[in-house]
Amino acid sequence: MALERLERLDRRWLFLVLGLLVLGPLLWPLNLPIEPSRPSRQFNDAIASLPEGCTVLMSCDYDPASRPELVPMTKTALRQLWRKHCKVVVTVLWNGGPAIVDQTIEETADEFRARGEKLVDGVDYVNLGYKAGNEAVMVLMGQGIKSTFPLDQHRHDTSTLPILRNVTNYSSFPLLVNISAGYPGTKEWVQQVNSRFHLPMISGCTAVSVPEYYPYLQAGQLRGLLAGMAGAAEYEQLQGERGLATHGMDAQSLAHLFVALCILLGNVVLWSRRGGRA
Amino acid sequence: MRREIPLLLTAVIGGIMIASFFVPHEWASVPADYLQQCAVIVVAFGYVLGGANVFRVNLDAIFKRHRDWPYKLVLVAGLLVTLILGLFVDRARFQDPGTPSLWIYDHLYVPMNATMFALLAFFIASAAFRAFRIRSAEAALLAVAALIVMLGRVPAGDAMLRAIVDHAGVPHAIRAWRISDLQQWIMDVPQNAAKRAILIGAAMGVMATGLRVILGIERAYLGGGD
Repeated sequence: MALERLERLDRRWLFLVLGLLVLGPLLWPLNLPIEPSRPSRQFNDAIASLPEGCTVLMSCDYDPASRPELVPMTKTALRQLWRKHCKVVVTVLWNGGPAIVDQTIEETADEFRARGEKLVDGVDYVNLGYKAGNEAVMVLMGQGIKSTFPLDQHRHDTSTLPILRNVTNYSSFPLLVNISAGYPGTKEWVQQVNSRFHLPMISGCTAVSVPEYYPYLQAGQLRGLLAGMAGAAEYEQLQGERGLATHGMDAQSLAHLFVALCILLGNVVLWSRRGGRA
Repeated sequence: MRREIPLLLTAVIGGIMIASFFVPHEWASVPADYLQQCAVIVVAFGYVLGGANVFRVNLDAIFKRHRDWPYKLVLVAGLLVTLILGLFVDRARFQDPGTPSLWIYDHLYVPMNATMFALLAFFIASAAFRAFRIRSAEAALLAVAALIVMLGRVPAGDAMLRAIVDHAGVPHAIRAWRISDLQQWIMDVPQNAAKRAILIGAAMGVMATGLRVILGIERAYLGGGD
């Protein structure tokens, strides 16, 4: 009887339960313990091993759809880089991304400014903005960063920016930090830049694209990998932060448990129906 | 000549791009750089062409009162408003704080974009209940791997396993097992092996297709059903 009712269950009940399971922990956090995985530790260590004050290239290739997964890791990476007094050159290859990336950079910079630390746009960081062309832009940057991006996001002439004074092409950077939601993203940076210009790189990406990047991680083409919100939460843990990803992990935990339960229940219904017929 | 000239252009340009990858000489790199710059310009033109096509297709559907035409009207109106504000009101400053374009981005585009993606969670839950049915040994293997990865990726997986093990009086040696470690092994070994095979296979396919295009064997991109 109960199984028959389960079989005819209106899917809106599933939606309601899932909604409550996501909302509940956001309002009342469970504070489940987070254990950093090896790829997240590698990501953290790759930035930690950079020389103090170096200039790092960061490509934020995403749009608002991936905000919960990718903005927290972007912020934590910026904080880690700025704590090491690194200068950050940011590019965007997704047309829906420049504004959200700019807001993310400024929000993180404001945190430092609120503590009395001086961070100046064009000196300590620059957002070069969006350029259409995907892989072609990546290859062009190998010939010259300033010639590929003559103006930055705020229309400043990049040839006059102090941060880019000693920057020519990829050889000017010790590391590429790529935060990617898909195409163009980590795969293209590995194929066009890492393998061609030998620029070491690390990646933070959406959970759905992680399996595609594991071969690059194992081959050493990626020196670290953050896998979705879980990776971002682990990275926050390694940096001693309790940010947006850590808060979101409780909700994601319960949602995963519920989906697993749905798979099991759906199959219990199937097996009981088969058993009834036999 | 309508077919020979495009074929010759493809062969020459393809040859230059391949040469620039392997030959560190300006005879290869200078033309390749120029072609890359051309590619960026062509992509930018693609946006104009794409925008014009959106107008053409949707205006046609609106005038002919096709199915769901009111939604197409909203799309065209949204596109027009954004375009006009960007071109004539905000101009080059369309991404600066306080501009109408940025207001549209922050208050319409961002929430709608995020909502579309967030809705996936609800459909995944529904699909997990109704469609993820174990009818064969392969499906069972897939389901077990999916459950382990799903639970191993979140802190609740280990917490749940620990609670079960603590209450079940399991031997001490097994208590050290963690579902996150098992998940990491699946990602590192079987998943990686399968993914690498797919990547290598796809890359070889791309190379073969590329060579066929450069050599003029593959001509479907020219159109005309050849």
